[in-house]
Amino acid sequence: MSRSTKETSILDRNILKQRSDQVSLSAFSYIYSELVQYHQSRVSNISELEEKLASAGYGVGFKVLELLAYRSRENKRETRIMSILQFISSIAWKALFGKAADSLERSIDHADEYMIFDYNPVTSIYVSAHQSAADAYISGVIAGILEGAGFTATVSAHAVQLEEGESRRSSIGLPVKKDKAVFLVKFSPQILERDTTLER
Amino acid sequence: MAFLDLFIVNKSGGLIHHRSLSEKAPQIGTNEWLRIGSTFHSLHAIAAEASPVRGKIDDGIELIESEGLVLCCFQTRTGIKFVLTAEPGTGYLQKVLKEIYVAYTDCALKDPFYELEMPIRCELFTQAVNDVMSRFGNR
Repeated sequence: MSRSTKETSILDRNILKQRSDQVSLSAFSYIYSELVQYHQSRVSNISELEEKLASAGYGVGFKVLELLAYRSRENKRETRIMSILQFISSIAWKALFGKAADSLERSIDHADEYMIFDYNPVTSIYVSAHQSAADAYISGVIAGILEGAGFTATVSAHAVQLEEGESRRSSIGLPVKKDKAVFLVKFSPQILERDTTLER
Repeated sequence: MAFLDLFIVNKSGGLIHHRSLSEKAPQIGTNEWLRIGSTFHSLHAIAAEASPVRGKIDDGIELIESEGLVLCCFQTRTGIKFVLTAEPGTGYLQKVLKEIYVAYTDCALKDPFYELEMPIRCELFTQAVNDVMSRFGNR
């Protein structure tokens, strides 16, 4: 029996094939701007707004982890801190934003803190004030991925001034920002202990 | 051949942005600017009504030319008016206004913390206007 011509819904598509569909940046900016404004009218201060945006991204993180782990065909899951962070900053970032994160660093002052840098996160390309509040959504996504992978951590977004030598890479047409975004990942002590025991 | 001032008037006639674009621009206080904005808004509307030929919705003052000044206005579909003043003989007025409009849609309208019809305080918008000015040769 021949297959009748019906529209393929998203559920019928092959999950393994990574479609590199392009979405209009303007469309995303408007939808995300509406999400932020929706929450802003229902909170009383900016830290509550950050919490709401982070919880919006949290669910996304779980699902992204499942999908990307399945697509990468790895038979083992990540158990070490550095490997899950590298998964986030390269594979997850590329799938979500089209390019890998700009760098991943370990904090010198605190042993339980790691930082993911992004020069121009997509959630705050057009935001002039409160850039880190707009990036709280991405913090939520990172926190969701980490929680799903079994690492308890608190993630916060910060805006840091660009240093002298760093190039303000920006595509033509996009506003040039003075700050870069830093996602600070702070792991809980049990996770650090577990990581050191695994090292041996 | 220099651009002098830029001002943006919202739908109800209130001034939402003004800045001078060169040192040759006259020194005008903020209150005076507010008055200029609302006066221009009213004149724009009156000119549209008084015109013998009515047509599109964006009727109104487009260009005022005088010996010492050229004033060009661009009205959007939503009633926002972008007004640029320049020395006579300056070219590309319409083009510059369109570029500033693009900067407005990007830096103000896509910013979730910008309230519509309120004064524009977005740093990215100021930077974008600077870029437009440097591209069109204003010092």
